[in-house]
Amino acid sequence: MAQIPAAYIADKPVLKESVEELRARIPGWGADLDPADRPSYPREQPGIETGAHWDFPERQPEKWPRERSVEHAFLPPVFGTSTPPKGVSGAIRKYAYKYSEGRAAHWLLLVAADRVDATEHHVKSLATLRPDNPVTETGVLSEFRRGGLSSRFGQKRADTNHQWIDPIIVAGPWVLAAVGLAAAYKSLRTERTEPDTRSATQTESRL
Amino acid sequence: MVYRGPYKVRVEEKDIPKIEHPNDAIVRVTRAAICGSDLHLYHGMMPDTRVGMTFGHEFIGVVHEVGSSVQNLAAGDRVMVPFNIYCGSCYFCARGLYSNCHNVNPNATAVGGIYGYSHTCGGYDGGQSEFVRVPFADVGPGKIPDWMDEEDAVLLTDALPTGYFGAQLGDIVEGDTVVVFGAGPVGLFAAKSAWLMGAGRVIVIDHLEYRLEKARGFAHAETYNFAEYDDIVVHLKKETDYLGADVVIDAVGAEADGNFLQHVTSSKLKLQGGSPIALNWAIDSVRKGGTVSVVGAYGPIFSAVKFGDAMNKGLTLRMNQCPVKRQWPRLFEHIRNGYLKPSDIVTHRIPLEHIAEGYHIFSAKLDNCIKPLVVPTAA
Repeated sequence: MAQIPAAYIADKPVLKESVEELRARIPGWGADLDPADRPSYPREQPGIETGAHWDFPERQPEKWPRERSVEHAFLPPVFGTSTPPKGVSGAIRKYAYKYSEGRAAHWLLLVAADRVDATEHHVKSLATLRPDNPVTETGVLSEFRRGGLSSRFGQKRADTNHQWIDPIIVAGPWVLAAVGLAAAYKSLRTERTEPDTRSATQTESRL
Repeated sequence: MVYRGPYKVRVEEKDIPKIEHPNDAIVRVTRAAICGSDLHLYHGMMPDTRVGMTFGHEFIGVVHEVGSSVQNLAAGDRVMVPFNIYCGSCYFCARGLYSNCHNVNPNATAVGGIYGYSHTCGGYDGGQSEFVRVPFADVGPGKIPDWMDEEDAVLLTDALPTGYFGAQLGDIVEGDTVVVFGAGPVGLFAAKSAWLMGAGRVIVIDHLEYRLEKARGFAHAETYNFAEYDDIVVHLKKETDYLGADVVIDAVGAEADGNFLQHVTSSKLKLQGGSPIALNWAIDSVRKGGTVSVVGAYGPIFSAVKFGDAMNKGLTLRMNQCPVKRQWPRLFEHIRNGYLKPSDIVTHRIPLEHIAEGYHIFSAKLDNCIKPLVVPTAA
């Protein structure tokens, strides 16, 4: 019969180290042993001085119709003004805010809008003096400067089984777009250079 | 810096932010940090992360300008800024729940305001930049004490308070066995803080050997590399007399490794709000009637969490974004007493103009990276 390593009894398992040993080994051991010394105990503590000198804050001007959760009674008085919604992604985002935070549609539309947003900006950047550069913007050159190989191989890392997906996520849409453009170009070129054999055949048959 | 789409960031010239509310301040950033949760944005996991947004919720700096109603700060003050944006006066702030402020985030009611953390967290630009708008300047920022090291101050804006808060959520009592999943900055600080609260044994789990080495040295913890075990939960049961740990802290969050399917469906395919591997391991490896504390960040979309086992085991699940400023007075004491030295975990100092490489190094875990700081050009 296999030996039972520890019987299921009422006592708490004995510690490997005594309190005295822990106190000697770990600086500050037990300094916050009393819950009263822990700043977030209890969870809710009315009456802490916060520095607020208002009951309700003055309202920040709303410079464009600010998208907001339908779970809010009104537009909160202070909000971020980074990157207002624009383009197709902006339209999807505004639509997403018609759904509450409790609906999957709200979040899934926002995630979809994020992908559209990235595509819109990549395409737009091609018409500027600073197009998106996947090499510099991904920082991938640090693979050579900061031990990309030695950081991964010979290590017991669990994440190397999926890191091969990252370049596909980053470069995949670019490769697909390039293949699509090349195919479209080839197709147009073929149409222009080949004689219109079908109409020639039709003309012959009429004769 | 600005976000250019998943896995892509670059440095761009933007206008210096303007005062938009009478209690705003504009802060010139002197040091910032990249947080593990910034990687969720960087990987395109957080809904409503817009191209052009500036990330960064861990930063310190010098006050450049203040709005007309600001009373507690003046131009030239050196300040540390909690990652929470909060009004100080709403129902939640009045009870100390600063991370749950109701007056600062139009986009969502489930989360408060966070600098540079998508529109889901309010649409504020962040501090991985030269200048940043800081709302409610009389409430959030604090002056950096003269005795405090600048790098310690940066880590007091999120990573250290969050780890310390994670240990508090565990309601640790003397002699408890505490398991921490994740040996990143927050996990290291949570492990270190568990001792302050009287833990009898602290075990840290990760798969990156260099981080486990840090956990053994910096946090005095026992460590196990889950990649070496067929089933880390069974190993933890063996290590805890088959009862389970009293408290387990999830300091990993949305991009946990350890299960290919869970990781790929969340981090790569964005079909889950986060990969709940660490959370499920926490539920499995804590003892019945134990406490699971969650300070790892997850997105708002559903995740495949093993909730039935949590119910059957009678667990207490505690979690929140950390109300940072509430932690400061006690953490200042611990730093002055020499119990904590947060900047010991800093491994990289990246100039702002090289931030794309900084993100890649941190994301791909190159060069033994644990905590990268960002140094603006003008700092």
